[in-house]
Amino acid sequence: MITKTVKIINKAGLHTRPAATIVKFASKYSCEFFIKKDGININGKSIIGVMTLAAEMGSEITLTFDGVDEEEACKEITGYFERGFDEL
Amino acid sequence: MITFDQIYKDAKNKMTGIAAAPGLVIAKAYKFVKEELEISKLEITNIKQALSDFDDALSKCKKELNKILLLARDIMGNKRAIIFEAQMMILDDPILIGTIKRRIKYEKMDPEFIVDDEISKYQKLMFKAHEAYMSERAHDIEDIKSRIIRNLQNKKLKSKISKDVIVVSETLTPADTILFSRSNSKGFVTDHGGLTSHAAIISRSLNIPAVVGTHNSTMLIHDGDELVVDGFHGCIIINPTKRQRNFFNRKIKHLNELQSSLKELKNNKAETTDGKVIELLANVDVTGEIDIAKTSGAQGIGLYRSEQIIAELGNFASENEQTEIYRKLASRMYPQIVTIRALDIGGDKFNFSEISEPNPFLGLRGIRLLLKNKNLFKAQIRSVLRASRNKNIQFMLPMVSSLLEVRETKNLINVCKKELKKNKEKFDNNIKIGIMIEVPSAALLAKEFADEVDFLSIGTNDLIQYLVAVDRGNDLVSDLYREFHPAVLKTLKIIVDGAKISNKQLSLCGEMAADTLAIPLLIGLGLKTLSLSPATIPNAKRIIRSLSYANAKKMAEECLKFTTSHGIISRIEKFFEDSKIKRTRNII
Repeated sequence: MITKTVKIINKAGLHTRPAATIVKFASKYSCEFFIKKDGININGKSIIGVMTLAAEMGSEITLTFDGVDEEEACKEITGYFERGFDEL
Repeated sequence: MITFDQIYKDAKNKMTGIAAAPGLVIAKAYKFVKEELEISKLEITNIKQALSDFDDALSKCKKELNKILLLARDIMGNKRAIIFEAQMMILDDPILIGTIKRRIKYEKMDPEFIVDDEISKYQKLMFKAHEAYMSERAHDIEDIKSRIIRNLQNKKLKSKISKDVIVVSETLTPADTILFSRSNSKGFVTDHGGLTSHAAIISRSLNIPAVVGTHNSTMLIHDGDELVVDGFHGCIIINPTKRQRNFFNRKIKHLNELQSSLKELKNNKAETTDGKVIELLANVDVTGEIDIAKTSGAQGIGLYRSEQIIAELGNFASENEQTEIYRKLASRMYPQIVTIRALDIGGDKFNFSEISEPNPFLGLRGIRLLLKNKNLFKAQIRSVLRASRNKNIQFMLPMVSSLLEVRETKNLINVCKKELKKNKEKFDNNIKIGIMIEVPSAALLAKEFADEVDFLSIGTNDLIQYLVAVDRGNDLVSDLYREFHPAVLKTLKIIVDGAKISNKQLSLCGEMAADTLAIPLLIGLGLKTLSLSPATIPNAKRIIRSLSYANAKKMAEECLKFTTSHGIISRIEKFFEDSKIKRTRNII
């Protein structure tokens, strides 16, 4: 299992487009993927779940990956967070 | 003749709201009320049947949504259509759909009850966030929830409304607006929403008059009432009196006549009576305006304000997104030229940094901000270069005040070109680079700047503001902002002469070009290219076609000798009278 803490760095925060992109990335992998914020744990393969997260610029989020392809999944998804959802 | 003011002043059957999309229409009201869905809480016995009903409902939803998604992409572009794409993904959400199916099996309750209960849980979480955009999101989810339930109940959406009506509704969801626009709705009136609501944006791009934010239109208007929707003034008249109906019918007739007479001009040149041809280009803010620009008879885009992408999207576009937007723009206008202005942020437009500047108009804005944020700037340059492969794009720099800024930018463009070459990406190696002349220092050095670039374009709004040291937005001094200040005329003359000596293209893209009074003066001063908002192009053409360049030149020369703006304005008004040209405001 890999746990990573990431920061939201784009101005608009985790809005609908990045939410959809994260879910699309996650569903390519077989490992489990959870997003934790303010004590709430959300399954990262569920678009409706990810859409309930109100994550503004500057907020911190914990990602956990668990499964055979956890490393690849972690690399792609944390990279997307670190690039500010390609909106910088 | 009575005026709009007089008609509205003593009207008791009037409502006001926000003028969201211009136009004038009289038609019957169609009240669009969302049905409250009744949710059955019955226990079920046939679980297999319930599960297959649920699957059927999901596939019907997908069919409906797919249709809306395609229409939305067509009308609003890929970016805004993301709401529908997310709704589509919800129908395939493994966690949500899995949980619902499991609950149907174990709780043995009607699927519509489980769907309602399960999705409502998520909505509650969204409302709990107490953020405006999160409650918007919860409403978007409501749309998909009721869609699934409606399909479980096998009800058809009441989308076939009678034609040629004005839709009156509390609010319109994105999906509603798209569907109504396809069934020939003549106008939109809503209780809630502002200029940026979906209903407003879509009606503007489709030229359907709309008044939004009326608060209580659904209470005061009844199905079948006759309505006047005035999208110019943000007014609605309910069941007009004979006098009002006559007034508005006359106005509508005038408007139609004007539009069709101007349409006839579409393929005619903007040529003065003595044979001088003026090039008319369009200023474009949103992608939807491109069509209007094309039908207006514009000969290209003289100013594409790229920072408007941020306003449309709510955030910065990534490099790929920018490339896509610019490419589309270039291919839709091909072979006509598109002038993309580099992001003009700072000043009064978009707070870029958290630092608040004591004097933003003299602060970090335009090219100054871009040169301090090279990654942002380079991403835009590369996107513009990629879109230039068919050689119909030119790039323009805002707020330039020194030659060093031009040189530094040209170096940066060369770096970007090298990067693209390395990746074997195609672009126009000779892409034209120009600058906005909107700072007095650049105006005075117009010739020197022209020597370094391919073209100049005068931005009158800022130029006048800086010349007379008046903030147009400041009520205490805004009356000192004068387009026809003698110093403005002298400065325009310096720029025209500078561009001429250096033999470079010169255009004018500020609001001054759209002022009918200014057009003969600008042409008389020697401007050969004007860029203005698409809607004003036909009118500008009408004026140019009825004036003589020789007379305009004479008039401009006289104006240069006046010492007050009052004298200048009187002289131009006399020109209109002598040439027997009517000003637009006196026509409608």
